[in-house]
Amino acid sequence: MKFTIDWLKDHLDTKLNDEKIIDKLTNVGLEVESFQSQPSELDNFIVAKIIRSEKHPNADRLKVCEVDIGRNENVKVVCGAPNAKQNLITIYAPPGAIIPKNQMKLSVSKIRGVTSYGMLCSESELKLSDESEGITELPENKYENKIGKNYFSNNAPKVIDLSITPNRADCLGVRGIARDLVAAGSGKLRKTNSSEIKSFGQQNIKVKIKKEKNQGCSTFGSLLIKDVKNKESPKWLKDKLLSVGQKPISAIVDITNYVMLDLNRPLHAYDADKIDSEIIVRNSKKGESFEALDKKKYVLEDNMCVITDKTGILGLGGIIGGTRSSTEFGTKNILLESAYFYPKSIRKTSKLLSIDTDAKHRFERGIDPNSIEEGLLVAANLIKKICGGIISKKDIQIYEKFKKRKVSFPLTKLQSITGFKVSEKEIVKILENLGFKITKKKNFLDLLVPSWRPDIEQEIDIVEEIARIIGYDKIKMELPEKVRIKPTLNKQQKLFHFLQRSVASKGYLETVTWSFTDSKINDLFKEDKKEIEIVNPISSDLNVLRSSIFSNLIYYLKKNLERDFKDISMFEIGPLFTGNKPGEQEIALAGIKSGLASRLNWLEKDRKLDVFDSKRDVMQTLCEIGLDINKLKIDIKTPSYYHPGKSGAIYQNSIDKVPIAYFGEIHPNIIHKVDIKTDALIIFEIFLDRIKISEGKIKDLKSNFQYSDFQKSERDFAFVLDKSFEVQELIKIISDVDKDLIKSIRVFDVYEGENIDKDKKSVALNVTIQSRNKSLTDEDLNNLNKLIISSVENKTGAKLRS
Amino acid sequence: MSDIIKIKAEYSNKLKEVSDLKEINQLKSELFGKSGKISIEFKKLGSLNSEERKKISIELNDTKSQLQNLIEKKIKDIEINEINLKLKNERVDVTLPERTFNRGKIHPVSQVIDEISSIFSEIGFSVEEGPDVENEYNNFTALNTPENHPARDMHDTFYLDKNKKFLLRTHTSPVQVRTMLKGKPPFKIIAPGRTYRSDSDQTHAPMFHQVEGLHIDKNINMAHLKGCLNYFIKEFFEVDKINMRFRPSHFPFTEPSAEVDIGYELKDGKIIIGEGGQWLEILGCGMVHPNVLKNVKVNPSKYQGYAFGIGIDRLAMLKYGINDLRAFFETDYRWLSHFGFDPLDVPSSYRGLSR
Repeated sequence: MKFTIDWLKDHLDTKLNDEKIIDKLTNVGLEVESFQSQPSELDNFIVAKIIRSEKHPNADRLKVCEVDIGRNENVKVVCGAPNAKQNLITIYAPPGAIIPKNQMKLSVSKIRGVTSYGMLCSESELKLSDESEGITELPENKYENKIGKNYFSNNAPKVIDLSITPNRADCLGVRGIARDLVAAGSGKLRKTNSSEIKSFGQQNIKVKIKKEKNQGCSTFGSLLIKDVKNKESPKWLKDKLLSVGQKPISAIVDITNYVMLDLNRPLHAYDADKIDSEIIVRNSKKGESFEALDKKKYVLEDNMCVITDKTGILGLGGIIGGTRSSTEFGTKNILLESAYFYPKSIRKTSKLLSIDTDAKHRFERGIDPNSIEEGLLVAANLIKKICGGIISKKDIQIYEKFKKRKVSFPLTKLQSITGFKVSEKEIVKILENLGFKITKKKNFLDLLVPSWRPDIEQEIDIVEEIARIIGYDKIKMELPEKVRIKPTLNKQQKLFHFLQRSVASKGYLETVTWSFTDSKINDLFKEDKKEIEIVNPISSDLNVLRSSIFSNLIYYLKKNLERDFKDISMFEIGPLFTGNKPGEQEIALAGIKSGLASRLNWLEKDRKLDVFDSKRDVMQTLCEIGLDINKLKIDIKTPSYYHPGKSGAIYQNSIDKVPIAYFGEIHPNIIHKVDIKTDALIIFEIFLDRIKISEGKIKDLKSNFQYSDFQKSERDFAFVLDKSFEVQELIKIISDVDKDLIKSIRVFDVYEGENIDKDKKSVALNVTIQSRNKSLTDEDLNNLNKLIISSVENKTGAKLRS
Repeated sequence: MSDIIKIKAEYSNKLKEVSDLKEINQLKSELFGKSGKISIEFKKLGSLNSEERKKISIELNDTKSQLQNLIEKKIKDIEINEINLKLKNERVDVTLPERTFNRGKIHPVSQVIDEISSIFSEIGFSVEEGPDVENEYNNFTALNTPENHPARDMHDTFYLDKNKKFLLRTHTSPVQVRTMLKGKPPFKIIAPGRTYRSDSDQTHAPMFHQVEGLHIDKNINMAHLKGCLNYFIKEFFEVDKINMRFRPSHFPFTEPSAEVDIGYELKDGKIIIGEGGQWLEILGCGMVHPNVLKNVKVNPSKYQGYAFGIGIDRLAMLKYGINDLRAFFETDYRWLSHFGFDPLDVPSSYRGLSR
């Protein structure tokens, strides 16, 4: 909502200066977005200094000047003035500026082969004087420090731009704003000088609001003004509209706009001679259409509130008029409409048709239903004054009568909500100034809500009115109490933080990417999940919710590789989506790592990353978040975007069906499809919501500390077994031989090739053996050895390698 | 001079001269071998009378241990010499680079969420979360923004179905609704998370982060709200004093509603939060609207309290001098390395919010 201080003073009698008024507006909840002059075309003209002036290579009378305009770089201007000399301070106009004398718009142009950026101006070109010999010469002492600054000061009145919240329909007119300031003690509200209309004759175009369900109009007021002479608006009216950035059109249109901006009372003027017999306000039928004042044709749906005559639709009530009945300079007789349309109906219609107009904006927030007659009166008087004419009696058709709302306000409520106290006297004064009618009762006030405040419905609304007028600086500060109702984080949330920092500590950079992604990339990672489309995506390459975090990670990995990074480790922890309903999502941590494990390091040979790098990061992470990695089970059932032979799924327990994590190398097809160039690419993901966490605290979960000081022994074994036999199973068989004595098992070699059958492999293990209660004898150890060998051989068909 | 003294003198001298282990071992066996000189002297003892034997055996044992000590000391000396000699050739250039390591980092948004959680933890708030996909009821209607309310225009919403029933939450406020529906008052929670609006330019991203705060109890009023936010802002920006201004505003789900500005000044192009004369809007808040309480089955005549919503990304930008919001989500390796935090920098009250 834009207006000037002068306009405000049409309604507000105040002694406050501009700055105080601005502060006051902010303090009562009318946020001032800006307070500045409307930009002027003269803002383009800049004080400049000629740094160098040389003869034009192809023209004797022209010069090429290098000009300092206060920017980093000087500009080159071709100039014909004889006085364009070095060190002269003058006035520069950039390309795009309009020269006041001839209204010519400058552009970058080549003058005899030399490009000229803008122009140096003479006094006559700027209408400063008649001096047209040479360019303007500015005195050095006065302008030396102003190079780059505007030459003309902008004298246009400063405009206040308010950001009006949707509840404050009443402040979409200058008078409403003045009223708030008055309530806040900033002055007095001026009386509007509305002399009664001298009316002659009846409004003889019949108006009818059709009785039907969903009727969008409650009241339709109108009057006729005959024999007007439409013309350009007088200067004061034009200036007023221009000052707030509105374009003057014709007196009649300008007056309706003025009344809307001034009193928040939208009006519509029809050319009465173009109305076919009568006016009917009714619901539209699907398929009806009309051409609106924005020159667009609208095809309507059922139940939109339309103003019609016998021929058809004249306009959409409260939203936009039609071209068929619009006023022109030749218009003789006008019908002036002042009506009330229901916000719901306005909103529904304008949404469906995607129309936004000043009238719609106001009606949808709620216009003062009692302002119909005043609107007619003020506008008709202005029209008569400017365009002449004879005003008819008004005609008011009422479909539904407006009733003022009542609120009963307990006086204690204010303090209970705001924490501060205000005397009853002051409360009454504030509310009266805001337009409430008050009946005092014991301990409460019976309030009649002003018709222009549709937002006020209940006690709490009254609290807000008083609090904002008093000012929020009155609210005291109560120190926060350090009382905790429950732990800050639950187990799940703690797990999130552990996971996040555990992975980051392994050299991964955390990133945060959109929850949406490109369906084309998402398809590579979607598996059998549903595609969740966004109905109105921000762009076609962010059109679905991500089914996997990799959809985004792979895209950004590619971008970083293109920035010439090679060895990249990144991860994200966040939601992935399985459906379009609340809760159909889960939290995953996805890590991606590209390139070499060691690159160009004098100590180590370059080594490509592989599945076991990925497995290390996952296993260590799972270990750090508190899982017993000896209980984890691994199999090879991984999603299709993993390398089928170099990836694994991890289960929290051997009986689990759903994995808590995957790791491995990415499927080569993905690298191919996304077109990534890298030495190697490994990925892993951990599904936080699938991890079962024990409910207890660590203090309850720690077992007794047990250790053994008896002699430790180590034995090495090498078994030759089927290539496809999983070492995980081999280790389990060995450890099951004696869970007490066998402390750890390490795999120190896996060999395939010479001396071993083609479909076999040799696995060498080191087993650590220690008893908790005695030193083991050679015999004990030999027995255990034998048992290990026989168990493995029996259960796997393996042979001890000789 | 007895033989023993002679032997002692002779070998003490010899031992002084030797310089390698071989020679020492030679001397050792000359003395203590089966037919070594000392061994022979011991054998001689048997032929002496008891008095002499006693006297000489003392002398002999003394000499033996003295010589043995000398030998051992000499061995140690030689070994140390040898090590020292070897070390001279074992020198490497330690200024050569170490084995490669990678530095991981925590994203500024995550770090700031942890900072916020740590601050509110101190004054008894717990962390709640809700889904990113919400239904229209929780995101709008329950929050006193019924269909056809113009306030819905303030949120450019991403919808997930044609009927506009399901959407990406436009704010974290639906977590209020979920929290209150599933529990009983009092409530004292914060809810950080992702939020979405179909808006994209220099200062708007289609996804951003908010933290919601909610405190509902029997006598919570606006003074508590002001105190809580003042505490939070001071702690977050790690300053002792802050200029803070409450301005009346409007949100459908709170009433009275306020926007909060904090003071700042510009120093060398950098924003310094605290006591400067300029105002910067950083959050919206208010007393939870009775209609919202009714919608979540909390009796507004018994319970009341405040709620607030803060943009996390913006807080991160202000505190850590980041200018471009969109860069948060563009995964530029250089940006993440530059603005990210060490994973060991866990914000806490005892170690300080930030390093």
